[in-house]
Amino acid sequence: MSAHYTATAKALHWCIAVLIFGMLGLGFYMTGLDLSPTKLQLYSWHKWAGVTVFVLGLLRLVWRLGHPPPALPQHMGALERFAARAGHLTLYVLMFAIPLSGWLMSSAKGVQTVWFGVLPLPDLLARDKALGDLLQTVHLSLNFLLMAVLAAHVGAALKHHFIDRDDVLTRMLRRRPD
Amino acid sequence: MKRSALALLSTLAFASSAAQAVEYNHVLAEQSQIAFGYQQMGVSMEGGFKRFSSQLRFDPAAPDAARAMIEVDLASVDTGSAEGDEELARKTWFNTPDFPSARFESTRVNALGGNQYEVAGTLTIKGTTRDVVVPATFTVAGDAGVFEGSLNIQRGDFSIGEGAWKAFDIVANDVVIRFRITAVAK
Ligand code: HEM
Repeated sequence: MSAHYTATAKALHWCIAVLIFGMLGLGFYMTGLDLSPTKLQLYSWHKWAGVTVFVLGLLRLVWRLGHPPPALPQHMGALERFAARAGHLTLYVLMFAIPLSGWLMSSAKGVQTVWFGVLPLPDLLARDKALGDLLQTVHLSLNFLLMAVLAAHVGAALKHHFIDRDDVLTRMLRRRPD
Repeated sequence: MKRSALALLSTLAFASSAAQAVEYNHVLAEQSQIAFGYQQMGVSMEGGFKRFSSQLRFDPAAPDAARAMIEVDLASVDTGSAEGDEELARKTWFNTPDFPSARFESTRVNALGGNQYEVAGTLTIKGTTRDVVVPATFTVAGDAGVFEGSLNIQRGDFSIGEGAWKAFDIVANDVVIRFRITAVAK
């Protein structure tokens, strides 16, 4: 097991991080707009970027299987280790579950998802208003869960850096010293 | 109006001279549909109208004498979302308070051979009237006759989508109207 993240793992982590923070902002902003061409455009962009997160998430997962992350620092207790693993697992699950719920919601609302306006994703659900509304609630709830876990994730990274003064944050940031 | 009155007269004249022919003239609303499709940023969107009335006289043996009128209640539009339905009622779209219905009226029916027909007529939406030619098929299903076809229009021609919606980059200009009208003889 290497003591470092690969450059690919770091690139994927930060790409997805930027996309997810952007998506949270975009998601809440666009739903509050009155219907307009801009709103429709933002919805499409939201879907395209969301599917991109899903695809990058898949790449990331596959990469991780071949390139295990560095070990957690020695000073962490059993509870901290458990919390870290559970938090990371939840983030991975949400990375897929949120786009998936969005895609299914779109289908149920009768709007096919066409990635970048070019690649149509199959509609796994038929148009069904009640189901669409339910999936919208699911999408929203998963996003609230995401925000809570992200707050803990960012908080933990800062605690590692400023209080524990270990390399947990810097090893995800710095180029590998060689 | 004059033209359609003439068409109606000739229909009546024909009906009395060939009373034994089958004339499909009673539309079954529950078995008839009017839907539409358009593109929105590369996505095919579907909608329909829940209420419309139609009058029809069609005898396959005498298509020349046929006549059709369809009036669509625009407030009954179903885009799949309440937000979309409300938006379409606004002035920029259908302006339903001022123009509650859209209307198609045939002026001439040409038999193209087989079960293919061409229905020429006028389409009026939001105060604009345009000549259109609607390709349609006619098939007999038991007692009923079924007309099916589609008409491509451009929403810009009828000022459907004004103001911010006038550009076609988000909601395309091309709209296809699909219909299925089922009628029996009475
Ligand atoms: C990382 C991925 C994603 C994140 C973080 C995300 C986040 C959000 C957020 C925060 C909202 C606002 C929730 C609300 O107020 O109801 C939202 C709404 C929405 N999302 Fe996503 N989303 C993601 C992926 C997707 C995908 C892939 C699709 C579809 C293919 C999608 C479709 C939608 C739709 C249609 C809405 C609006 C719901 C409505 O009609 O109000 N999302 N998203």
